[in-house]
Amino acid sequence: MNYHWDWMFFFQETDDGLKYYDWILSGLGWTTFVSLASLAVALILGSALGVMRTTPGRWLVGLGDAYVDLFRNIPLIVQLFMWFFVVPELVPENIGIWMKQDLPYFVTAIVGLGLYTAARIAEQVKAGINSLSRGQRNAGLALGFTEWQTYRYVRLPMAYRIVLPALTSEAMNIFKNSAVTYAVGILELYFQYKQIIEKTSQVLEITIVVTLAYFILAFVMNRILAFVEARTRVPGLIVGQKGGKGS
Amino acid sequence: MSDFDFSVIAANWAFLAEGLRYTLQVTVTAMLGGILIGTLLALMRLSSIVPLQWFAAGYVNVFRSVPLVQVILAFYLIIPLVLQMITGKSTPIGAANSAYFTFTIFEAAYYSEIMRSGIQSIPKGQIAAGYALGFTYGQTMRFVVLPQAFRNMLPVLLTQTIILFQDISLVYAIGATDFFGAADKITQRDLRPVEMYTTVAVVYFVICFTLSRLVKLLQSRIAIIR
Repeated sequence: MNYHWDWMFFFQETDDGLKYYDWILSGLGWTTFVSLASLAVALILGSALGVMRTTPGRWLVGLGDAYVDLFRNIPLIVQLFMWFFVVPELVPENIGIWMKQDLPYFVTAIVGLGLYTAARIAEQVKAGINSLSRGQRNAGLALGFTEWQTYRYVRLPMAYRIVLPALTSEAMNIFKNSAVTYAVGILELYFQYKQIIEKTSQVLEITIVVTLAYFILAFVMNRILAFVEARTRVPGLIVGQKGGKGS
Repeated sequence: MSDFDFSVIAANWAFLAEGLRYTLQVTVTAMLGGILIGTLLALMRLSSIVPLQWFAAGYVNVFRSVPLVQVILAFYLIIPLVLQMITGKSTPIGAANSAYFTFTIFEAAYYSEIMRSGIQSIPKGQIAAGYALGFTYGQTMRFVVLPQAFRNMLPVLLTQTIILFQDISLVYAIGATDFFGAADKITQRDLRPVEMYTTVAVVYFVICFTLSRLVKLLQSRIAIIR
Protein backbone atom coordinates (compact mmCIF):
# COMPACT_ATOMS: atom_id res chain seq x y z
CA MET A 1 0.00 0.00 0.00
CA ASN A 2 1.50 3.26 -1.05
CA TYR A 3 -0.50 5.46 1.32
CA HIS A 4 1.78 8.04 2.84
CA TRP A 5 1.09 8.46 6.56
CA ASP A 6 1.86 11.91 7.83
CA TRP A 7 0.57 12.85 11.27
CA MET A 8 2.50 16.09 11.33
CA PHE A 9 0.37 17.76 8.68
CA PHE A 10 -2.02 18.92 11.41
CA PHE A 11 0.67 21.43 12.40
CA GLN A 12 1.24 22.69 8.88
CA GLU A 13 0.14 26.14 7.95
CA THR A 14 -2.95 26.58 5.75
CA ASP A 15 -3.67 29.26 3.14
CA ASP A 16 -5.31 31.51 5.71
CA GLY A 17 -2.29 31.48 8.01
CA LEU A 18 -3.88 29.16 10.56
CA LYS A 19 -2.81 25.58 11.12
CA TYR A 20 -4.94 22.56 10.21
CA TYR A 21 -5.60 21.77 13.84
CA ASP A 22 -7.05 25.28 14.18
CA TRP A 23 -9.59 24.38 11.51
CA ILE A 24 -10.54 21.28 13.45
CA LEU A 25 -10.88 23.21 16.71
CA SER A 26 -13.00 25.88 15.06
CA GLY A 27 -15.19 23.16 13.50
CA LEU A 28 -15.51 21.53 16.89
CA GLY A 29 -16.63 24.88 18.33
CA TRP A 30 -19.31 25.35 15.68
CA THR A 31 -20.52 21.77 16.04
CA THR A 32 -20.87 22.23 19.79
CA PHE A 33 -22.58 25.60 19.46
CA VAL A 34 -25.05 24.55 16.75
CA SER A 35 -25.84 21.28 18.54
CA LEU A 36 -26.44 22.80 21.96
CA ALA A 37 -28.49 25.69 20.58
CA SER A 38 -30.60 23.28 18.49
CA LEU A 39 -31.01 21.06 21.52
CA ALA A 40 -32.38 24.03 23.48
CA VAL A 41 -34.89 24.81 20.70
CA ALA A 42 -35.83 21.13 20.47
CA LEU A 43 -36.30 20.69 24.22
CA ILE A 44 -38.55 23.72 24.57
CA LEU A 45 -40.68 23.06 21.50
CA GLY A 46 -40.61 19.28 21.94
CA SER A 47 -41.82 19.55 25.53
CA ALA A 48 -44.65 21.88 24.52
CA LEU A 49 -45.68 19.49 21.73
CA GLY A 50 -45.37 16.46 23.99
CA VAL A 51 -47.63 18.08 26.59
CA MET A 52 -50.12 19.17 23.90
CA ARG A 53 -50.44 15.58 22.74
CA THR A 54 -51.47 14.38 26.21
CA THR A 55 -54.10 17.06 26.91
CA PRO A 56 -57.84 16.36 26.66
CA GLY A 57 -58.13 19.01 23.91
CA ARG A 58 -58.72 17.26 20.61
CA TRP A 59 -57.36 20.12 18.50
CA LEU A 60 -54.19 20.35 20.51
CA VAL A 61 -53.60 16.61 20.20
CA GLY A 62 -54.26 16.73 16.46
CA LEU A 63 -51.91 19.66 15.97
CA GLY A 64 -49.15 17.97 17.97
CA ASP A 65 -49.58 14.68 16.11
CA ALA A 66 -49.52 16.45 12.75
CA TYR A 67 -46.29 18.23 13.65
CA VAL A 68 -44.58 15.01 14.63
CA ASP A 69 -45.77 13.21 11.49
CA LEU A 70 -44.62 16.05 9.26
CA PHE A 71 -41.16 16.52 10.74
CA ARG A 72 -40.35 12.84 11.14
CA ASN A 73 -41.20 11.83 7.60
CA ILE A 74 -38.99 14.24 5.67
CA PRO A 75 -35.19 13.80 5.63
CA LEU A 76 -33.21 16.37 7.61
CA ILE A 77 -31.24 17.62 4.62
CA VAL A 78 -34.48 18.26 2.70
CA GLN A 79 -35.91 20.13 5.70
CA LEU A 80 -32.80 22.32 5.91
CA PHE A 81 -33.00 23.10 2.19
CA MET A 82 -36.67 24.00 2.63
CA TRP A 83 -35.79 26.51 5.38
CA PHE A 84 -32.99 28.02 3.32
CA PHE A 85 -34.31 28.03 -0.23
CA VAL A 86 -38.10 27.58 -0.15
CA VAL A 87 -39.47 29.31 2.96
CA PRO A 88 -37.90 32.73 2.11
CA GLU A 89 -39.78 32.64 -1.22
CA LEU A 90 -43.12 31.75 0.36
CA VAL A 91 -43.25 34.35 3.12
CA PRO A 92 -44.07 38.03 2.37
CA GLU A 93 -41.38 39.59 0.21
CA ASN A 94 -39.76 41.88 2.79
CA ILE A 95 -39.43 39.07 5.33
CA GLY A 96 -38.02 36.80 2.62
CA ILE A 97 -35.36 39.36 1.71
CA TRP A 98 -34.48 39.80 5.38
CA MET A 99 -34.15 36.00 5.77
CA LYS A 100 -31.86 35.81 2.77
CA GLN A 101 -29.72 38.86 3.47
CA ASP A 102 -29.64 39.71 7.15
CA LEU A 103 -30.52 36.59 9.09
CA PRO A 104 -27.25 34.75 9.92
CA TYR A 105 -26.95 31.28 8.36
CA PHE A 106 -26.41 29.60 11.66
CA VAL A 107 -29.72 30.87 13.06
CA THR A 108 -31.66 29.27 10.21
CA ALA A 109 -29.63 26.05 10.60
CA ILE A 110 -30.24 25.96 14.37
CA VAL A 111 -33.97 26.51 13.88
CA GLY A 112 -34.06 23.80 11.19
CA LEU A 113 -32.18 21.22 13.24
CA GLY A 114 -34.12 22.23 16.37
CA LEU A 115 -37.54 21.82 14.74
CA TYR A 116 -36.48 18.47 13.29
CA THR A 117 -35.31 17.18 16.68
CA ALA A 118 -38.36 18.62 18.48
CA ALA A 119 -40.54 15.98 16.81
CA ARG A 120 -38.39 13.25 18.38
CA ILE A 121 -38.34 14.94 21.80
CA ALA A 122 -42.13 15.32 21.62
CA GLU A 123 -42.46 11.55 21.20
CA GLN A 124 -40.33 10.92 24.29
CA VAL A 125 -42.08 13.51 26.44
CA LYS A 126 -45.48 12.17 25.44
CA ALA A 127 -44.39 8.61 26.23
CA GLY A 128 -43.08 9.77 29.61
CA ILE A 129 -46.31 11.54 30.55
CA ASN A 130 -48.43 8.61 29.39
CA SER A 131 -46.37 6.17 31.44
CA LEU A 132 -47.54 7.85 34.66
CA SER A 133 -50.56 6.39 36.35
CA ARG A 134 -53.81 8.32 35.95
CA GLY A 135 -53.91 8.73 39.73
CA GLN A 136 -51.10 11.27 39.55
CA ARG A 137 -53.21 13.71 37.57
CA ASN A 138 -56.31 12.96 39.62
CA ALA A 139 -54.43 13.51 42.86
CA GLY A 140 -53.22 16.84 41.54
CA LEU A 141 -56.73 17.89 40.54
CA ALA A 142 -58.09 16.73 43.91
CA LEU A 143 -55.57 19.01 45.63
CA GLY A 144 -57.11 21.90 43.72
CA PHE A 145 -54.41 22.20 41.06
CA THR A 146 -55.46 23.43 37.65
CA GLU A 147 -54.77 21.18 34.66
CA TRP A 148 -51.64 23.20 33.91
CA GLN A 149 -50.46 22.98 37.53
CA THR A 150 -50.73 19.18 37.47
CA TYR A 151 -48.28 19.27 34.55
CA ARG A 152 -45.97 21.79 36.14
CA TYR A 153 -45.77 20.33 39.66
CA VAL A 154 -46.79 16.67 39.34
CA ARG A 155 -46.54 15.09 35.93
CA LEU A 156 -43.65 16.79 34.10
CA PRO A 157 -41.14 16.46 36.96
CA MET A 158 -41.80 12.71 36.93
CA ALA A 159 -42.02 12.36 33.17
CA TYR A 160 -38.67 14.06 32.54
CA ARG A 161 -36.92 11.78 34.98
CA ILE A 162 -38.43 8.71 33.37
CA VAL A 163 -37.47 9.68 29.81
CA LEU A 164 -34.05 11.09 30.65
CA PRO A 165 -32.21 8.04 29.20
CA ALA A 166 -34.12 8.49 25.93
CA LEU A 167 -33.43 12.23 25.96
CA THR A 168 -29.76 11.44 26.50
CA SER A 169 -29.61 9.49 23.28
CA GLU A 170 -31.44 12.31 21.44
CA ALA A 171 -28.89 14.76 22.83
CA MET A 172 -26.12 12.55 21.49
CA ASN A 173 -27.88 12.21 18.13
CA ILE A 174 -28.09 15.95 17.68
CA PHE A 175 -24.27 16.20 17.59
CA LYS A 176 -24.20 13.67 14.77
CA ASN A 177 -27.12 15.29 12.95
CA SER A 178 -25.47 18.69 13.17
CA ALA A 179 -22.97 17.42 10.58
CA VAL A 180 -25.71 17.74 7.96
CA THR A 181 -25.75 21.54 8.43
CA TYR A 182 -22.50 21.69 6.43
CA ALA A 183 -24.78 21.45 3.36
CA VAL A 184 -26.25 24.88 4.15
CA GLY A 185 -22.89 26.51 4.79
CA ILE A 186 -22.19 26.01 8.49
CA LEU A 187 -18.43 25.66 9.01
CA GLU A 188 -18.76 22.88 11.57
CA LEU A 189 -16.55 19.85 12.14
CA TYR A 190 -17.69 17.81 9.14
CA PHE A 191 -17.26 20.80 6.84
CA GLN A 192 -13.67 21.20 8.06
CA TYR A 193 -13.13 17.45 7.66
CA LYS A 194 -14.22 17.65 4.03
CA GLN A 195 -12.14 20.75 3.42
CA ILE A 196 -8.98 19.31 4.97
CA ILE A 197 -9.33 16.16 2.82
CA GLU A 198 -9.62 18.32 -0.28
CA LYS A 199 -6.48 20.28 0.67
CA THR A 200 -4.23 17.51 1.96
CA SER A 201 -5.57 14.10 0.84
CA GLN A 202 -4.50 12.68 4.25
CA VAL A 203 -7.83 10.83 4.44
CA LEU A 204 -6.93 8.24 7.06
CA GLU A 205 -5.34 10.53 9.66
CA ILE A 206 -8.10 13.11 9.51
CA THR A 207 -10.82 10.42 9.55
CA ILE A 208 -9.32 8.94 12.71
CA VAL A 209 -9.06 12.34 14.39
CA VAL A 210 -12.56 13.54 13.46
CA THR A 211 -14.10 10.19 14.39
CA LEU A 212 -12.45 10.46 17.79
CA ALA A 213 -13.70 14.04 18.14
CA TYR A 214 -17.32 12.98 17.53
CA PHE A 215 -16.80 10.05 19.87
CA ILE A 216 -15.60 12.38 22.63
CA LEU A 217 -18.49 14.83 22.08
CA ALA A 218 -21.01 12.00 22.41
CA PHE A 219 -19.22 10.62 25.45
CA VAL A 220 -19.07 13.96 27.26
CA MET A 221 -22.76 14.59 26.57
CA ASN A 222 -23.55 11.12 27.86
CA ARG A 223 -21.56 11.64 31.09
CA ILE A 224 -23.13 15.04 31.76
CA LEU A 225 -26.63 13.66 31.40
CA ALA A 226 -25.78 10.55 33.43
CA PHE A 227 -24.74 12.95 36.18
CA VAL A 228 -28.03 14.84 35.88
CA GLU A 229 -29.84 11.52 35.96
CA ALA A 230 -28.08 10.46 39.14
CA ARG A 231 -28.78 13.80 40.82
CA THR A 232 -32.48 13.90 39.92
CA ARG A 233 -33.22 10.26 40.68
CA VAL A 234 -36.48 9.68 42.54
CA PRO A 235 -35.79 7.40 45.51
CA GLY A 236 -37.68 4.15 45.28
CA LEU A 237 -38.65 4.56 41.65
CA ILE A 238 -37.51 1.55 39.68
CA VAL A 239 -37.45 3.33 36.33
CA GLY A 240 -34.42 5.52 36.03
CA GLN A 241 -32.33 3.64 38.56
CA LYS A 242 -30.10 2.34 35.82
CA GLY A 243 -29.37 3.73 32.41
CA GLY A 244 -27.71 6.79 31.00
CA LYS A 245 -25.17 4.41 29.51
CA GLY A 246 -27.53 4.47 26.51
CA SER A 247 -26.84 4.67 22.84
CA MET B 1 -42.11 35.96 -4.63
CA SER B 2 -41.83 34.27 -7.98
CA ASP B 3 -44.76 32.52 -9.61
CA PHE B 4 -44.88 28.80 -9.29
CA ASP B 5 -44.06 26.81 -12.36
CA PHE B 6 -44.44 23.13 -11.77
CA SER B 7 -43.71 22.35 -15.40
CA VAL B 8 -40.11 21.95 -14.26
CA ILE B 9 -41.23 18.76 -12.50
CA ALA B 10 -43.04 17.43 -15.56
CA ALA B 11 -40.03 18.18 -17.75
CA ASN B 12 -37.66 16.30 -15.49
CA TRP B 13 -39.78 13.52 -14.06
CA ALA B 14 -37.75 10.75 -15.73
CA PHE B 15 -34.54 11.98 -14.10
CA LEU B 16 -36.29 12.23 -10.72
CA ALA B 17 -37.78 8.75 -11.09
CA GLU B 18 -34.33 7.41 -11.88
CA GLY B 19 -33.06 9.01 -8.66
CA LEU B 20 -35.93 7.54 -6.67
CA ARG B 21 -35.16 4.11 -8.13
CA TYR B 22 -31.55 4.40 -6.98
CA THR B 23 -32.72 5.45 -3.49
CA LEU B 24 -34.99 2.40 -3.31
CA GLN B 25 -32.27 0.05 -4.57
CA VAL B 26 -29.78 1.24 -1.95
CA THR B 27 -32.50 1.02 0.73
CA VAL B 28 -33.39 -2.58 -0.10
CA THR B 29 -29.76 -3.69 -0.46
CA ALA B 30 -28.71 -2.06 2.81
CA MET B 31 -31.78 -3.43 4.58
CA LEU B 32 -31.16 -7.05 3.54
CA GLY B 33 -27.38 -6.89 3.94
CA GLY B 34 -27.64 -4.85 7.13
CA ILE B 35 -30.08 -7.24 8.80
CA LEU B 36 -27.91 -10.21 7.82
CA ILE B 37 -24.67 -8.70 9.13
CA GLY B 38 -26.52 -7.14 12.06
CA THR B 39 -27.90 -10.54 13.13
CA LEU B 40 -24.41 -12.04 12.98
CA LEU B 41 -23.08 -9.13 15.06
CA ALA B 42 -25.88 -9.61 17.60
CA LEU B 43 -25.04 -13.31 17.90
CA MET B 44 -21.36 -12.44 18.36
CA ARG B 45 -22.21 -9.88 21.02
CA LEU B 46 -24.29 -12.45 22.92
CA SER B 47 -21.86 -15.33 22.44
CA SER B 48 -19.63 -16.59 25.23
CA ILE B 49 -16.45 -15.98 23.24
CA VAL B 50 -14.97 -12.76 24.61
CA PRO B 51 -13.02 -11.52 21.53
CA LEU B 52 -16.19 -11.86 19.45
CA GLN B 53 -18.12 -9.84 22.03
CA TRP B 54 -15.47 -7.14 21.90
CA PHE B 55 -15.43 -7.03 18.15
CA ALA B 56 -19.22 -6.72 17.90
CA ALA B 57 -19.41 -4.13 20.68
CA GLY B 58 -16.62 -2.08 19.10
CA TYR B 59 -18.22 -2.24 15.66
CA VAL B 60 -21.59 -1.10 16.94
CA ASN B 61 -20.23 1.65 19.17
CA VAL B 62 -17.95 3.12 16.51
CA PHE B 63 -20.62 3.31 13.84
CA ARG B 64 -23.25 4.59 16.22
CA SER B 65 -21.14 7.50 17.41
CA VAL B 66 -20.08 8.84 14.01
CA PRO B 67 -22.26 11.01 11.76
CA LEU B 68 -23.50 9.13 8.70
CA VAL B 69 -22.34 11.86 6.28
CA GLN B 70 -18.80 11.42 7.56
CA VAL B 71 -18.93 7.65 7.06
CA ILE B 72 -20.30 8.12 3.54
CA LEU B 73 -17.41 10.38 2.54
CA ALA B 74 -14.77 8.36 4.41
CA PHE B 75 -15.81 5.05 2.81
CA TYR B 76 -16.04 6.63 -0.62
CA LEU B 77 -12.40 7.69 -0.29
CA ILE B 78 -11.03 4.75 1.69
CA ILE B 79 -12.57 1.81 -0.22
CA PRO B 80 -10.45 2.52 -3.35
CA LEU B 81 -7.34 2.71 -1.14
CA VAL B 82 -8.10 -0.68 0.38
CA LEU B 83 -8.94 -2.21 -3.01
CA GLN B 84 -5.66 -0.91 -4.35
CA MET B 85 -3.85 -2.50 -1.45
CA ILE B 86 -5.48 -5.86 -2.16
CA THR B 87 -5.44 -5.97 -5.94
CA GLY B 88 -2.40 -3.79 -6.52
CA LYS B 89 -4.05 -1.69 -9.19
CA SER B 90 -6.23 1.36 -8.91
CA THR B 91 -9.93 0.50 -9.07
CA PRO B 92 -12.21 3.53 -8.85
CA ILE B 93 -15.67 2.32 -7.85
CA GLY B 94 -17.66 5.55 -8.07
CA ALA B 95 -19.94 7.35 -5.66
CA ALA B 96 -23.11 5.48 -6.61
CA ASN B 97 -21.56 2.05 -5.96
CA SER B 98 -19.75 2.93 -2.77
CA ALA B 99 -23.06 3.97 -1.18
CA TYR B 100 -24.41 0.38 -1.39
CA PHE B 101 -21.44 -0.81 0.64
CA THR B 102 -21.43 2.11 3.09
CA PHE B 103 -25.10 1.87 3.98
CA THR B 104 -24.97 -1.91 4.41
CA ILE B 105 -22.01 -1.69 6.80
CA PHE B 106 -23.37 1.36 8.64
CA GLU B 107 -26.94 0.13 9.07
CA ALA B 108 -25.70 -3.28 10.28
CA ALA B 109 -24.70 -1.55 13.52
CA TYR B 110 -28.24 -0.26 14.06
CA TYR B 111 -29.98 -3.48 12.97
CA SER B 112 -27.66 -5.42 15.24
CA GLU B 113 -28.88 -3.53 18.31
CA ILE B 114 -32.48 -4.26 17.30
CA MET B 115 -31.76 -7.96 16.78
CA ARG B 116 -29.88 -8.12 20.06
CA SER B 117 -32.85 -6.88 22.03
CA GLY B 118 -35.06 -9.23 19.98
CA ILE B 119 -32.91 -12.22 20.90
CA GLN B 120 -32.73 -11.13 24.53
CA SER B 121 -36.52 -10.90 24.68
CA ILE B 122 -36.80 -14.66 24.03
CA PRO B 123 -37.19 -16.58 27.32
CA LYS B 124 -34.14 -18.66 28.27
CA GLY B 125 -36.37 -21.73 28.47
CA GLN B 126 -36.68 -21.67 24.68
CA ILE B 127 -32.93 -22.11 24.27
CA ALA B 128 -32.85 -24.81 26.92
CA ALA B 129 -35.71 -26.55 25.12
CA GLY B 130 -33.75 -26.44 21.87
CA TYR B 131 -30.71 -28.04 23.48
CA ALA B 132 -32.93 -30.60 25.23
CA LEU B 133 -34.24 -31.65 21.82
CA GLY B 134 -30.65 -32.34 20.81
CA PHE B 135 -30.26 -29.24 18.64
CA THR B 136 -26.81 -27.76 18.23
CA TYR B 137 -26.23 -24.06 18.96
CA GLY B 138 -26.69 -23.26 15.28
CA GLN B 139 -29.91 -25.24 15.03
CA THR B 140 -31.32 -23.70 18.22
CA MET B 141 -30.70 -20.23 16.83
CA ARG B 142 -31.84 -21.05 13.33
CA PHE B 143 -35.07 -22.90 14.19
CA VAL B 144 -36.08 -21.64 17.63
CA VAL B 145 -34.65 -18.28 18.66
CA LEU B 146 -34.08 -16.22 15.51
CA PRO B 147 -37.51 -16.77 13.89
CA GLN B 148 -39.21 -15.51 17.05
CA ALA B 149 -36.76 -12.66 17.60
CA PHE B 150 -37.16 -11.60 14.01
CA ARG B 151 -40.94 -11.62 14.19
CA ASN B 152 -41.10 -9.73 17.47
CA MET B 153 -38.73 -7.11 16.11
CA LEU B 154 -40.24 -6.82 12.62
CA PRO B 155 -41.97 -3.46 13.28
CA VAL B 156 -38.77 -1.99 14.73
CA LEU B 157 -36.69 -3.33 11.85
CA LEU B 158 -39.11 -1.75 9.38
CA THR B 159 -39.13 1.57 11.24
CA GLN B 160 -35.33 1.57 11.05
CA THR B 161 -35.66 0.90 7.31
CA ILE B 162 -37.85 3.99 6.90
CA ILE B 163 -35.12 6.02 8.61
CA LEU B 164 -32.60 4.38 6.28
CA PHE B 165 -34.72 5.36 3.27
CA GLN B 166 -34.60 8.99 4.41
CA ASP B 167 -30.90 8.82 5.21
CA ILE B 168 -29.99 7.83 1.64
CA SER B 169 -30.47 11.56 0.88
CA LEU B 170 -27.08 12.12 2.55
CA VAL B 171 -25.25 10.69 -0.49
CA TYR B 172 -25.50 14.36 -1.45
CA ALA B 173 -22.12 14.54 0.31
CA ILE B 174 -20.43 12.51 -2.45
CA GLY B 175 -22.56 13.77 -5.31
CA ALA B 176 -24.39 10.54 -6.09
CA THR B 177 -27.74 10.96 -7.86
CA ASP B 178 -30.35 9.64 -5.48
CA PHE B 179 -33.85 11.16 -5.38
CA PHE B 180 -32.75 14.28 -3.52
CA GLY B 181 -29.49 14.46 -5.49
CA ALA B 182 -31.45 14.38 -8.75
CA ALA B 183 -33.69 17.21 -7.56
CA ASP B 184 -30.68 19.20 -6.44
CA LYS B 185 -28.92 18.80 -9.78
CA ILE B 186 -32.01 19.95 -11.68
CA THR B 187 -32.24 22.93 -9.32
CA GLN B 188 -28.66 23.93 -10.05
CA ARG B 189 -29.50 23.97 -13.75
CA ASP B 190 -33.09 25.27 -13.92
CA LEU B 191 -33.03 27.46 -10.79
CA ARG B 192 -36.50 26.50 -9.57
CA PRO B 193 -35.71 25.59 -5.94
CA VAL B 194 -39.21 26.23 -4.60
CA GLU B 195 -41.00 23.81 -6.92
CA MET B 196 -38.22 21.23 -6.83
CA TYR B 197 -37.52 20.99 -3.10
CA THR B 198 -41.22 21.20 -2.25
CA THR B 199 -41.95 18.29 -4.56
CA VAL B 200 -39.12 16.28 -3.02
CA ALA B 201 -40.39 16.99 0.50
CA VAL B 202 -43.96 16.02 -0.44
CA VAL B 203 -42.87 12.77 -2.11
CA TYR B 204 -40.68 11.80 0.85
CA PHE B 205 -43.51 12.64 3.22
CA VAL B 206 -46.15 10.63 1.35
CA ILE B 207 -43.91 7.55 1.07
CA CYS B 208 -42.61 7.60 4.65
CA PHE B 209 -45.94 8.52 6.21
CA THR B 210 -47.73 5.70 4.37
CA LEU B 211 -45.04 3.19 5.30
CA SER B 212 -44.99 4.21 8.95
CA ARG B 213 -48.77 3.85 9.14
CA LEU B 214 -48.48 0.37 7.61
CA VAL B 215 -45.85 -0.54 10.20
CA LYS B 216 -48.22 0.63 12.94
CA LEU B 217 -50.95 -1.57 11.49
CA LEU B 218 -48.56 -4.52 11.36
CA GLN B 219 -47.53 -3.86 14.94
CA SER B 220 -51.09 -4.12 16.20
CA ARG B 221 -51.61 -7.29 14.13
CA ILE B 222 -48.52 -8.98 15.52
CA ALA B 223 -49.47 -7.94 19.02
CA ILE B 224 -52.81 -9.72 18.68
CA ILE B 225 -51.36 -12.95 17.27
CA ARG B 226 -48.83 -13.12 20.08
